[in-house]
Amino acid sequence: MAEPASFRVSGKGRLGSKGANFTFDGASYQGVEGDTLASALLANGVHLVGRSFKYHRPRGILSAGAEEPNALVNIERDPSRKVPNVRATVQEIYPGLKAVSQNRWPSLAYDVGEVNNIASPMFSAGFYYKTFMWPKKAWEKFYEPKIRAAAGLGVAPDLPDPDHYSQRFAHCDVLVLGGGAAGIAAATAAAESGARVILCDEQADLGGALRFEAGAMVENKPAWDWAQEAIAKLAANDRVRVLPRTTAFGYYAQNFVALAERVTDHLASPNPGLPRERLWQVRAGRVVIATGAIERHMVFADNDRPGIMLASAARTYLNHYGVSVGRKVGVFTANDSAYQAAIDLKKAGTEIAAIVDIRPASEGDAVQQARALGIEVLSGHAVVKTGGRLRVSSMAVRSVNVGAERVIPVDALLMSAGWTPSVHLFSQSRGRVAFDEASQRFLPGTYAQACVSVGASNGTDRLEATLEEAYAAGEKAAKETTGGTKSAARPAGVSGEAFAGGMLGTTPGAENGTTVAAFVDFQNDVTAKDIRLAVREGMHSIEHVKRFTTNGMATDQGKTSNMHGLAIAAEVLGKDIPSVGLTTFRAPYTPVTFGTIVGHAKGELFDPTRRTPIHPWAEAQGAAFEDVGQWKRAWYFPRAGEDMHRAVDRECKTVRETAGLFDASTLGKIEVVGPDAAKFMEILYTNPWEKLEVGRCRYGIMLREDGFIYDDGVVGRLASDRFHVTTTTGGAPRVMNHMEDYLQTEFPDLKVWLTSITEQWAVIAVQGPNSRKIIEPLVEGIDISDAAMPHMSVREGRICGVPTRLFRMSFTGERGFEVNVPADYGQAVWEALWAEGQKYGACAYGTESMHVLRAEKGYIIVGQETDGTVSPYDAGLDWAIGKKKRDFVGIRGLKRSDLVADGRKQLVGLRTKNPRTVLEEGAQIVANPREPVPMTMLGHVTSSYWSENCGHSIALALLQNGRKRMGQTLWVPMPDGAIEVEVTGTVFFDPEGGRLNG
Amino acid sequence: MLLIRCPYCEEERPELEFRNGGQAHIARSTDIVQESAEAFERFFFIRDNPKGVIFERWRHIHGCGRFFNAVRDTITDKFHHTYKAGEPQPDLNELIAANEDRRMDEGRGDMPADQGPGSWANVPPDQINVAEPAADASKGDA
Repeated sequence: MAEPASFRVSGKGRLGSKGANFTFDGASYQGVEGDTLASALLANGVHLVGRSFKYHRPRGILSAGAEEPNALVNIERDPSRKVPNVRATVQEIYPGLKAVSQNRWPSLAYDVGEVNNIASPMFSAGFYYKTFMWPKKAWEKFYEPKIRAAAGLGVAPDLPDPDHYSQRFAHCDVLVLGGGAAGIAAATAAAESGARVILCDEQADLGGALRFEAGAMVENKPAWDWAQEAIAKLAANDRVRVLPRTTAFGYYAQNFVALAERVTDHLASPNPGLPRERLWQVRAGRVVIATGAIERHMVFADNDRPGIMLASAARTYLNHYGVSVGRKVGVFTANDSAYQAAIDLKKAGTEIAAIVDIRPASEGDAVQQARALGIEVLSGHAVVKTGGRLRVSSMAVRSVNVGAERVIPVDALLMSAGWTPSVHLFSQSRGRVAFDEASQRFLPGTYAQACVSVGASNGTDRLEATLEEAYAAGEKAAKETTGGTKSAARPAGVSGEAFAGGMLGTTPGAENGTTVAAFVDFQNDVTAKDIRLAVREGMHSIEHVKRFTTNGMATDQGKTSNMHGLAIAAEVLGKDIPSVGLTTFRAPYTPVTFGTIVGHAKGELFDPTRRTPIHPWAEAQGAAFEDVGQWKRAWYFPRAGEDMHRAVDRECKTVRETAGLFDASTLGKIEVVGPDAAKFMEILYTNPWEKLEVGRCRYGIMLREDGFIYDDGVVGRLASDRFHVTTTTGGAPRVMNHMEDYLQTEFPDLKVWLTSITEQWAVIAVQGPNSRKIIEPLVEGIDISDAAMPHMSVREGRICGVPTRLFRMSFTGERGFEVNVPADYGQAVWEALWAEGQKYGACAYGTESMHVLRAEKGYIIVGQETDGTVSPYDAGLDWAIGKKKRDFVGIRGLKRSDLVADGRKQLVGLRTKNPRTVLEEGAQIVANPREPVPMTMLGHVTSSYWSENCGHSIALALLQNGRKRMGQTLWVPMPDGAIEVEVTGTVFFDPEGGRLNG
Repeated sequence: MLLIRCPYCEEERPELEFRNGGQAHIARSTDIVQESAEAFERFFFIRDNPKGVIFERWRHIHGCGRFFNAVRDTITDKFHHTYKAGEPQPDLNELIAANEDRRMDEGRGDMPADQGPGSWANVPPDQINVAEPAADASKGDA
C-alpha cells in the first residue's frame, strides 16, 4: 500500500516542509507538519481507511472537516491513551502518530465482516426490530451478546485515562462561533467597537471555507491572507481571545455556550502539565453564529467507494494541504461549486475525466471556465454506478432521461449536491428554523436568544454580502453590550464565489423503485431504499423514519445525510419538505470526551470526603471505616487476629460489661434559638416542647406533611430560648432545609434563628455501666450524679478544661453520656477519655457495634427501619406524639384513611428458630413457605444481627398487622430453604430498661 | 446553566447557587387538622405541570439562604420575574405587558438583571435593542 508521497503537488498548499512520520495499520508514511491524518494519507495515495458499520463496506475519506462520517480511526499514543472513532479529517498528525483502522478483521483489505455486504438484502431497515423477536429467550442468551460483540465501531480504551482535563468559566460581550470569513469579520467589528470578544473555531487554522476558496479576494489580496492578518490582529488584542481547535458543542439557555478546546491531541510530546482538553463555559452578552455550511454528497448507486468524496474536500486537500486526491478525477454535481474544484485540480495538473452535471444546461462562469480549460462537461447526465472494490475505479454515466451507459475510468470522484447551512447551534439555542422554498434549505427563522446568524449558516451566499452582514452584526452586538458608539472600518476590494443551488434526494438510477445501494447516511449505512421502506412500513413522521432507519443517528448526527433523508421521505410521502419536518438538533455538535465533561471531578475529587476530628486516632488504632454519605466513619476496631464478627462481638460485650467510646461527631446538629424557639419546635416535631424543662432532653420525631417519619434525634433544651437539636447523620442538610422552609415561608413571624452546628461540635459517646466513672475526673462544674443529672438531661460546663455540652443519654440502653466539645478539641478530649476508659477495660466501638447495640434495644434507625412510608404508629412510636397538640407538620397526614387503616406494616422483632441463623436484611416474610410463587408477602426484615449479648440472632421487621401477630410462627424464604421465625417484641435486651438509669 | 435573579441579593446568580423548591403559592392551612381529605389531597399531592408558565419556589441555598418565588416558562426556561416569599402572586398578563414595555439601558453596568440576555427570548434579532419593538415581538411561541 505504501507508495511514495507522490500525491503532494509542488507549489500548492500552505503547509511548510517539516516532515512528520506516522503509521497507519503498521505501515509507515510521511506527512508534513500541519497535515491532518486524512490529508497525509491522501498525500500517500491511501483512500481506504475504514469499514462501514453494518455492511463492512470499504470506506474512504468523504470530507475535510468535522462532518466526516467514514474516516474514523483509532489513535494510539500509548497503551493507556487509545482513542477510538477519531475523525481522520480532524486529527492533526505529529511525528510518531500511530493510527489503526477499525471495524475490520483480520485486515482492512480482507475483512471477514464483508459477508454482511453480500447478505445486505437481509439487513434492511428495522432488521433488528423484526428479526430477533423469536424465540423470546434467545434474545438475552444468544442474540444480544452476539450483536453486542459485532456492533460498535472503535474499541473502548481498557485502561484508566491518565490525562487530566480542565474547565473554565468565561464571560464576554460577544462570542463568535466559527472562524471563517464571517466569524473573523464579526469578531473584528465587535473588537474594534470596544467589546470583549471570544472567537472559537474547530480547525487548527482559522479561515473556514477560505481554506479552499482560492479565488476569493478581500482588500485586493487573497482572502486567506486577509484572514490570517485579521486573526493575528485579533490575537494581539488583549480584549479578544482566539480559540483554535475549539468546538462550540452546546448552546444552552441565556447565552450559555459550551466549548471544547483540544489542547494536546496534536502534539508529539505534550507538556504533562497541560490538560488534554479544556471545557469553556461561556456566558456571552451576544452570540454571533458563523458556523458556515456543509456540502452534501450525491445519492447514487455505490456512492460510498473509497476515492469518492465531497468536491470541497478535494479542493481543501489541494489548496490548503497541497494534495491531489487522484490522478484522473471525475466530478458529479448539481451545483457550481464542484466546478471550482475541478478547475483548481486541472490547473494543478490533475486530469479531470469529466464533469457530470445533473442540471439540464448549466452555463455559468464556472462552467465556461471549465470548458475553456478543456474539461468535458456532461450536462443533463448522471453517474448511475461506480466500479472498484477498495478504491473507485470507474463511473458509469448516462443521460438523466435514458440512454446508454458510458463507463469512464477514474481514481477519484468528487460530488456536490449543494450546501446545507449549519443551523445546529442556532437550533440548539431553541431558535426555530424556517424552510426557504426558493433555495430549498432550512435557515434561521425565529430567534429565542440574544444571538444572530451570519454568513453561510444564515443562507448568505456571496462573500461580499457575508462580510457586510458579519461586520454589521459584530458592530451591533458590541454596541448593545458595551453601549459604545465606535464603528468598525469595512474592508474594500471583496470578491468571491457563491455556492447556491443544488439538489436533495436521489439521482437518476437510484430513484424510487430501484434496489441499488445509494447511501444517504454513510456512518450508519442507511440507503435511500431503507428510508423508502420505512415510509412504506408506516413511519410517516421524520422522527419515526430516523429511529427506524437510524438515519442521522450516528456520531456525525447526520451532518451530510439529514436533508437527503428528509427529501427522500417527503417524496415517498408525497408531501413537501417542511410538512415532513426536521429532526431536532441536540448537543453535542460533535462528540465530546467524557474527560472534558467530567474535568477534575473524578477520583478523590469526585465528591468531598468528610472526616471527624477523631478520625486520625481511629486510623492509628487500625479501625476499619465505612462510608456513610460523605463521611468516613469508624466501622469496627479489630484487634490482632479478629475478623469483623469477632471484633463486633467483643465490642458489644465490652460496652454492656464495662464501657465503650464511640465517635458520634457525624450526627447532624442544629441550634434553634430565639424567643419563639419552643413554638417552632412544636411545629416541626410531633412531641410537646413548651413544657420541656431547661436542662432536659427529649427524643423527637419529625414528620413530613403526609404523616411519614422524616427524621429523628435527641433534642436538649439549653435555655428557654435555645434548643440543641440532633438529626440523623445523613439527614442533617435536608432537615435544615425543611426547617428553613417552614420558618421562612409558613411561619415567617416566628422569632427564631437556625444555625447548623454539625461541624462545630465533636461528639464522644461514652456508654456502659462505667461511663460515669470514666468522665467524672475530667468534668468540671457539672454535678453528674444520677440524682442531679438523670437519664435524658443536658448540662453545660467544662471537660478537660474546654467547654462542653454534656448529654446524659443513650443509644445503647446502657447508662451513657454524649460529650459535645468544640471540634478542635475533639481528639484531645477523646484521648483523655480513652486514658480514663483504659482503667476500666473500656473499648472503642464502631458503627457496626452501635447498630447491634441499638437493635438489641429495638431503637430504630431512620432510613433503615423506615423508608418514607412508615408512620410513627407503624414504628411503635405513638408515645412520641403530643396528643394535645393542635398543630405540627404531619398532624393532618397522620389522620389519612390509609394511615389509620387496618393491615399496615408494623415494626416487630423476629427470632429465628435456630438461634444461630442470622436473617438477611431485606428478606421477605411469608406465612406459608409452600405457597406457589408469587407468595403472599407479609413484610420484610429491616435489621438483622448476631447478638453476642443475647446469645442468639436478633432481627427487626416491618410486618403486616405485626403487633397482632406476637408469638406467631412465620417464614423467611431464601434460595436454600425457608427459615422459621417467631414474631416477638422489638426489645431483646433489658426489656425493663433498668440499665439506662444505672 | 440558568441565571436566576435572587430578589433578596438583588442580582443574577448562576443556577449552581440555587435549588428548586417546587410549585409556589400553596399555602398551608392555619387549621390544617380540620382540612377535608380532598382539601389535603390538593394541598399535599396535587401539583401543576404546565407546558408554559409556572409559579415556583427557589431557594438561594448557596447564597443568602432565602426562599423566593419565580415565574418561569417551562418551554424556554425564561424567568419572567422573581419576587420575595410572601409577596402576592403577580398577574401574568400584567407581567408580560410590563416586559414588553421595557427597554435596555445604554450602559451595561446598570442594565437591570431581568433585562439581560434571557429576557430577550423570542425577539427576532433585528428587533433586539430596537427602542420600540414591533407590537408582536415578544409574543413568541410561549
